[in-house]
Amino acid sequence: MFISYLLSGISLGAIYALIALGYTMVYGIAKMLNFAHGDVIMVGGYIAFTISVTLGADGWIALLGSIIFCTLLGITIERVAYKPLRGASKLSVLITAIGVSYLLQNVALLIFGSASRNFQALIVVPSVEIGSVTIPGNTILTIGVSVVIMIVLTLFINKSSAGSAMLAVSEDKGAAQLMGVNVNKTISLTFAIGSGLAAVAGILMCTQYPNIGPYTGQMPGIKAFIAAVFGGIGSIPGAMLGGIAIGVIENLSKAYISTQLSDAITFAILIIMLLVKPTGILGKKLNEKV
Amino acid sequence: MSFVEINNIGISFGGLHAVEDFYLRQEKGELYGLIGPNGAGKTTVFNLLTGVYKPDKGTFFLDGQNMTGKSTVELNKLGIARTFQNIRLFGNMTVLDNVKIGLHNQYRYSALTGVLRLPKYRSVERAMNEKAMELLDVLELGEERDHLASNLPYGKQRRLEIARAMATNPKYLLLDEPAAGMNPNETAELMQMIRFVRDHFDMTILLIEHDMKLVAGICEKVSVLDFGQLLCQGETSAVLKDPEVIKAYLGE
Amino acid sequence: MSERKNSERAKGFSLLKIVPSKSRGKLVTVLIPVVFFAVCALLVNLGVLRSHFAGLLVPLCYYIIMAVSLNFTVGILGELSLGHAGFMCIGAYVGGLFTLLTQDSITSAWIRFPIAILLGGLIAALAGFLIGVPILRLRGDYLAIVTLAFGEIVRNLVQNIYLSRDKAGLHFSFTNAIEPERLDPATNVDIMKGPMALNGISPDATLLISVILVVITIIVILNMVDSRAGRAIMSIRDNRIAAESTGINITKYKLIVFSLSAFFAGIAGVLFAHYSTVSPPKFDYNMSILILVFVVLGGVGNIRGSIIATAILYILPEVLRGFQSYRMLIYAIVLIVMMLLNNNERFNAWKKNTTERFTAWRKGLFRKKSGKEAE
Repeated sequence: MFISYLLSGISLGAIYALIALGYTMVYGIAKMLNFAHGDVIMVGGYIAFTISVTLGADGWIALLGSIIFCTLLGITIERVAYKPLRGASKLSVLITAIGVSYLLQNVALLIFGSASRNFQALIVVPSVEIGSVTIPGNTILTIGVSVVIMIVLTLFINKSSAGSAMLAVSEDKGAAQLMGVNVNKTISLTFAIGSGLAAVAGILMCTQYPNIGPYTGQMPGIKAFIAAVFGGIGSIPGAMLGGIAIGVIENLSKAYISTQLSDAITFAILIIMLLVKPTGILGKKLNEKV
Repeated sequence: MSFVEINNIGISFGGLHAVEDFYLRQEKGELYGLIGPNGAGKTTVFNLLTGVYKPDKGTFFLDGQNMTGKSTVELNKLGIARTFQNIRLFGNMTVLDNVKIGLHNQYRYSALTGVLRLPKYRSVERAMNEKAMELLDVLELGEERDHLASNLPYGKQRRLEIARAMATNPKYLLLDEPAAGMNPNETAELMQMIRFVRDHFDMTILLIEHDMKLVAGICEKVSVLDFGQLLCQGETSAVLKDPEVIKAYLGE
Repeated sequence: MSERKNSERAKGFSLLKIVPSKSRGKLVTVLIPVVFFAVCALLVNLGVLRSHFAGLLVPLCYYIIMAVSLNFTVGILGELSLGHAGFMCIGAYVGGLFTLLTQDSITSAWIRFPIAILLGGLIAALAGFLIGVPILRLRGDYLAIVTLAFGEIVRNLVQNIYLSRDKAGLHFSFTNAIEPERLDPATNVDIMKGPMALNGISPDATLLISVILVVITIIVILNMVDSRAGRAIMSIRDNRIAAESTGINITKYKLIVFSLSAFFAGIAGVLFAHYSTVSPPKFDYNMSILILVFVVLGGVGNIRGSIIATAILYILPEVLRGFQSYRMLIYAIVLIVMMLLNNNERFNAWKKNTTERFTAWRKGLFRKKSGKEAE
């Protein structure tokens, strides 16, 4: 029993990790909490749903279409809503991001209605039995996809020139600009990657929990943010680690403590974490200049 | 024992010594300059003396009292006030209110007294206004009392910072580049004001400045910092002639 | 002297910027809701306004209290709280339970209800203080997310409480319903049933009491802002580092703001519980955001703005049918557009210009009038 709880926890955590990567990359580079990130998951789910169910296209096309749409959406959100606010107070940026989050939810509500739709799996993977433990296909798919994405992303950031530009901007925006890095382009790229990952996370999530509604992204979004904080915001390995940790903790507390209280437990972990080690497991301390 | 005794104070960030073995003796009422090229660690010294950073080593005594390792708020209450190189006013508040924040710890009434508008509220507020206006007049800001601080021109913002720092009734006043961005006329006025403050408000002043005219004009003594280390110190006129100091400045 | 009046008038007009509320317009700010509610009550009594409209007035009162108290945290202290609904929830349940448990023994609402209000407010304030202590070190994004977490924890805990009363006394259970064998079926009354609504609270929240509480809230917060404590709080907002080096005890004032803000949110909750049915889902994150929209539209830091914006944004969708389904969408757009405009240099220049012209025009008008009188 414990093994299967743990496995489904890891698979939920892998989804959180994919979402948390978007939070952490954007936070590292734009120094803002993109509240709307969670809702991009929901948009990704709905686009895939529309392409595969309403238009009847193949699962792979739906997947690709959803990723492309969310990537463009991410870039647009940054350009229209966040870019004019660079240098504005944190409060303004945060309120704007909350506004964007609400906008996405309510546009979805107007287009698709408040009732949640039944999401059919785009890609079906058969389940595997090892000894007495059955591993569901979805779990294999989710963990497999997440691992591949994380490896590719890590290679991209550490080996490619665009990746090192991202690292440079997150370290010191001004210095990076002086070194000839195109800061605007790098920020756009970050939002694009984060949103693309959110689309993948959305589809994986809807495959595992086959329902989608306008508020589908809200809770996972907040939990993924908690995961990002837990792992150390701004740190990419931290987001992965934090995601898995939060997923496992959530599933185990559902199994062994209480289903109704699992959210409260996750939130309590966030508060405790911020008190004990505000920089998260792998985060760095940021010094304020006086 | 001198009025200000700073002994071998130092701090490093990530292995880099921002300030190392800084040492200072200052007598009561002395006007003292701290000079050095950009990045020499002058503001870091201020941050160490005001508790923004905790020193890795060294001690700091003011008027015989050990100040080492105390918090910013405690240090202010014990008589240390400062201004900032990059002006830090309360921009959305009026000039008068900026100074009244400085008076916060000398003129007291409880939050409840304020909410209920008890008689004490009125009398204390009146006294605060009078004291604040007195300080504003010294720095020639009385006319602007009801302007928002962020709407003041640059030179007046610097003077308001001094007024606010003075309002906390300090024994030791730290001024971080008070003349930066001022034209020669404004600087000359400022020099007179600083002298006036020292003479009439019984203050010991340490100031960081790049304007050598100001330093030579009002500081009795100076210390020169370079790469976080004390290059030399002494009577202003002697130090400014020192070939080592000239070398550090001109960066030969 | 005339210059002084000028600058104050300009501040009062600005609905968007963080502005210090000054004593001059204080009376007006207090009178606006008083006159508004008096006129509405009169019109309802005369039959001009439908009774449906009358039913909006008490809720409007508690939303105004919520908005004003949230603005105290957001606009005066400068920290974003996303868990304001959590304090309202605490107030609603504490006040509601007090009334439920005592309405048989204390029959006079005039004694019972003030106790309920005070109790709800104080327990909420205590919660604000307790949450304030650990999160003092946090700022900005982190503080916002922790307050959000706090609000959700409160809701989550409340909807797991089961409480019943029979002749043997109170029965309590957490996360699971109370086993029926523990209860005496003849005398048992369920009080809290997890996520279900709280039923049977005496509807004590009259319009008069609600308006009085609105007025008290506004006066306390405005007086607070325009006092020694208020200045200290605003100095933290404007420049934390300078405030510290000027000797301001940040911890103390943050705690005062958190507790006071929570106190009033708790009172709003008590009113809520004594007017309409309460259930935990009503106090979710969306409620906190709704209040934030009121605050942002009215102007962050502008108490009078919060009152007016709450009235408009609450009444309008209720009156204009059809608007209802687009309501949240419009709120979202309002949030974004307000923030973009607020940080747009050209818009700010235009606003300043218009404000100046408006002031000059008003002055000119006044001069002409007084000139005529002199003739």
